Amino acid sequence: MSPAASVHSLWTVAAEAPQKIPAPQIEYAQLSPTLIVLGAAVLGILVEAFLPRRARYPAQLLLTTVGLIAAFAAVIALAAGGYGTDKAHVAAMGAVAVDGPALFLQGALLLVSLIAVFTFAERRLDPVAHGRRVDSFAAQAAAVPGGEAEQEAVKAGFTTTEVFPLVLFAVGGMLVFPAANDLLTLFIALEVFSLPLYVLCALARRQRLMSQESAVKYFLLGAFSSAFLLFGVALLYGYAGTVSYAGIADVVNGTTRSVDPALASTTGNDALLLIGGALVLMGLLFKVGAVPFHMWTPDVYQGAPTPVTGFMAAATKVAAFGALLRLLYVVLPGLRWDWRPVMWGVAIVTMVVGAVVAVTQTDVKRLLAYSSIAHAGFLLAGVTAASPDGVSSVLFYLVTYAFVTLGAFAVVTLVRDAGGEATHLSKWAGLGRRSPLVAAVFAVFLLAFAGIPLTSGFAGKFAVFKAAAESGATPLVIVGVLSSAVAAFFYVRVIVLMFFSEPKADGPTVAVPSALTSTAIAVGVALTVVLGVAPQYFLELAGQAGTFVR
Amino acid sequence: MSFPLLTATAVVPAVGAVATAAVPAARRAAAKWLALGFSLATLVLAAVQLVRFDPDAAGPFQLTESHAWIKDFGVRYELGVDGIAVVLIALTALLIPFIVLAGWHDADPLEGASPNWRWRPTQGFFALILMVEAMVVISFEATDVFLFYLFFEAMLIPMYFLIGGFGDRAGERSEEETAAQRSYAAVKFLLYNLAGGLIMMAAVIGLYAVTADQLGMGTFSLQEIVQARADGRLDLAPAAERSLFLGFFFAFAVKAPLWPLHTWLPNAMGEATAPVAVLITAVVDKVGTFAMLRFCLQLFPEASKWATPVIVALALVSIVYGALLAVGQRDIKRLVAYASISHFGFIVLGIFAMTTQGQGGATLYMVNHGISTAALMLVAGFLISRRGSRLIADYGGVQKVAPVLAGTFLVGGLATLSLPGLAPFVSEFLVLVGTFSRYPAAGIIATVGIVLAALYVLVLYQRTMTGPVKDGVRGMPDLRVRELAVVAPLIALLLFLGVYPKPLTEIIDPAVGHTMSQVEKSDPKPDVPVNEAEAAK
Repeated sequence: MSPAASVHSLWTVAAEAPQKIPAPQIEYAQLSPTLIVLGAAVLGILVEAFLPRRARYPAQLLLTTVGLIAAFAAVIALAAGGYGTDKAHVAAMGAVAVDGPALFLQGALLLVSLIAVFTFAERRLDPVAHGRRVDSFAAQAAAVPGGEAEQEAVKAGFTTTEVFPLVLFAVGGMLVFPAANDLLTLFIALEVFSLPLYVLCALARRQRLMSQESAVKYFLLGAFSSAFLLFGVALLYGYAGTVSYAGIADVVNGTTRSVDPALASTTGNDALLLIGGALVLMGLLFKVGAVPFHMWTPDVYQGAPTPVTGFMAAATKVAAFGALLRLLYVVLPGLRWDWRPVMWGVAIVTMVVGAVVAVTQTDVKRLLAYSSIAHAGFLLAGVTAASPDGVSSVLFYLVTYAFVTLGAFAVVTLVRDAGGEATHLSKWAGLGRRSPLVAAVFAVFLLAFAGIPLTSGFAGKFAVFKAAAESGATPLVIVGVLSSAVAAFFYVRVIVLMFFSEPKADGPTVAVPSALTSTAIAVGVALTVVLGVAPQYFLELAGQAGTFVR
Repeated sequence: MSFPLLTATAVVPAVGAVATAAVPAARRAAAKWLALGFSLATLVLAAVQLVRFDPDAAGPFQLTESHAWIKDFGVRYELGVDGIAVVLIALTALLIPFIVLAGWHDADPLEGASPNWRWRPTQGFFALILMVEAMVVISFEATDVFLFYLFFEAMLIPMYFLIGGFGDRAGERSEEETAAQRSYAAVKFLLYNLAGGLIMMAAVIGLYAVTADQLGMGTFSLQEIVQARADGRLDLAPAAERSLFLGFFFAFAVKAPLWPLHTWLPNAMGEATAPVAVLITAVVDKVGTFAMLRFCLQLFPEASKWATPVIVALALVSIVYGALLAVGQRDIKRLVAYASISHFGFIVLGIFAMTTQGQGGATLYMVNHGISTAALMLVAGFLISRRGSRLIADYGGVQKVAPVLAGTFLVGGLATLSLPGLAPFVSEFLVLVGTFSRYPAAGIIATVGIVLAALYVLVLYQRTMTGPVKDGVRGMPDLRVRELAVVAPLIALLLFLGVYPKPLTEIIDPAVGHTMSQVEKSDPKPDVPVNEAEAAK
């Protein structure tokens, strides 16, 4: 199917012949993963409305788990049906791509979300409040922190089971984000997954003010970045006369000249293209957490409830890098000589700032936040390769990184003292002597972050640097390994603290989690080792999924 | 398919590590015997390798194994040994049982430790030693650059825990102070080596990019790359070859360690227990010098020749600087560490002299230095464990109280200063002859190292073992049976290889000849009769 035939622009059709609007043709089966997740989310809201309070938690957990597994099964079915390779095409009137990268990332996102939901549902860690087991979320989100309403809610044993539909909505948006094939779908997907995240960030049971502060920060900066993105979309529309990826790419390449008379004066204006492209990129780099759009990351990571932080850190990164790849590789390949130097710069700054600033951190969650910034830099190094290897290496890295991150944050939820999670690093001293297993698991995750051989982190890092080197980005690789060395320093510092420091008398205890968090951690460790020792299968999978449809 | 001997030699200690770590907390003794058993089993396998290895066979590598592994990276699981590797594997497998035996009580929990002691230091200590052995063995065997790199880098982690987690009893220092210094040493060790390793990673990736570009598909196979370079399919621009060479060499020079990248070694060897210090200097560091021979010279012959003058100079600085600092040390273990730096200078000098005697001598030196340092350091460890102090000034007159200990210490020391009749003399002589025939000036400067070695060893002996018996030394017990069982075989080996090194040189020489042919260097014009005979072969 030629791109031109498959891609319709609703806007131009409407202008030419308003009486002949065709009924939109939607390939429901091919969109089924997203539809299942969003459907489950809607059901989740109904559960909140109609089920008695006691029954909500099990019902929500079951519904969310089943929904995510079903969606994953649908992704597998689509991939097995060849939609990832030879049958890849653009569905839903040109709005959504069904191709290798989209399916790979959707599958990864669904697995990541499933594991993250397990940590959301954990109810063994917080002490029993008034005879009820509670999770890490506020008793009643609307109650003023420290107010009477809050105390009553806590006394009544309320829990915020709304988190489950919120997560499902976020996942639904994330599934569309890397598959979006026109700029408006991209923007809508961005909002659909961002808004639930803003709310989730504000829902911590403990330190609620910090949690709400983080949500406000995230929301304000997120709103800014959305505005940038939308403005960029407008400028790109002015440039190309269409918002579809293929349509814009055609105009960039100069292969289409069917100019809409209303836009004749602006079409093909390179200033619009460059500014619009830059603004859209900014919006995406914000979500990715690349320097200089990273300011929100440490505060939000620290303030949000830890399960949410883990979910955000892992899933948002996967979705946002997917969208970034598609934008750069499908819409703007003709502009490669313009965006590559910029992305080089962003990648270098991101790696260096993330690694260097992390050295001074004293809080585990902030440390992991800065480490996520450094990792965004490594991923950007792969993105700049502008080759099929670049795509597959980034896809592979995203999977390795996501599971290590989820596991690491899951471990953070276990280490607790009287005030809840003990995230200050000084409290982790001697953890290796009190709880050797938990410390060893966390050490495995840290070594994977540091990219030590035989862990998944090394395989991922090697893949992206290899792709970068093959595309001639030797300086990027050198900066990359040097910042890895700096990064290794602070990961190792945590290991030193855990294993070689004397435990403090009033140090934190390690809570014994239920099977839910244990599963999350076990999956993290297993994938870290398997992807480190035998990455071939997953590399092949990512390699097959490395072609975008236009 | 034949029995995968090389894989087995690496897998047995790895399995031993897991088994040892799994021993329940209360059964400490069982963990020790298990570790000893597995290390002896590895020794048997290494011996089988040595027997089945045919020095005169054609082809660079023997007992090869090759399997597909990570196709996307062009990585194969390729193992093979040449004469150099097989000898070093034998050295490793030989030393580990002695290290285990010498460290028998090093990781016992302190008396009065809390009863719910879930931290299992003893099991961990021996498991980590076996883990290091497995990784070192596979590094010696790997003929795929990536595979080598993987284990070269990964072995830092167990080493790091060995240095940081276990040290001498505090003695006169406070417990916190020892712990702080130990963790400083461990972190320094890790950061130096990790930085070296990461720079090497950039070079490894660069190598892949070059092969992918010119051969159509990227490869890490040493033989394939060497072959492609020989028949001109792979043509490296000088600048590219030199930067790749530097990336590799940097990592190996940190590991070896070569001045000025050596400063982690005295800290690490000073703070670690004596057996772990032996593990560092006699086993793990050998991977660095070995890799110079196997990877730097064979992959980048032109760049190796280009860099030779600088490296020879650095090696000379290492020899003299290490020896001078050893003379000035007040701490026994740090003294041995600086002596080792001096000796590694000799090894690097021999390798980059680019003569058969030099490289053969350097390989032999690696073996002999391993044995002699093990003997000296382990006896020093026994001494330190008796007094609880590492300071030379705290000792005196030990030979009157513990004559066997003093005697074995003296033999280890004499081996370190390369006394004729003991093994290190042969290798040091070969290195000097090999260097002299190409760089006479360097050969002459290097002999300064020998003179200084006599100084630091004999002064050390005189201050600690002779003279009036000091207070803390009085009543010091002599070597126990376990300790004798460690030292006696090492000394016997030093004597045997000192008078009859032929079994080793026969295995090493063909491999060295092959390496030399890769660098396309022939020995300098014969001006010594020995050389003529050598050339006639």
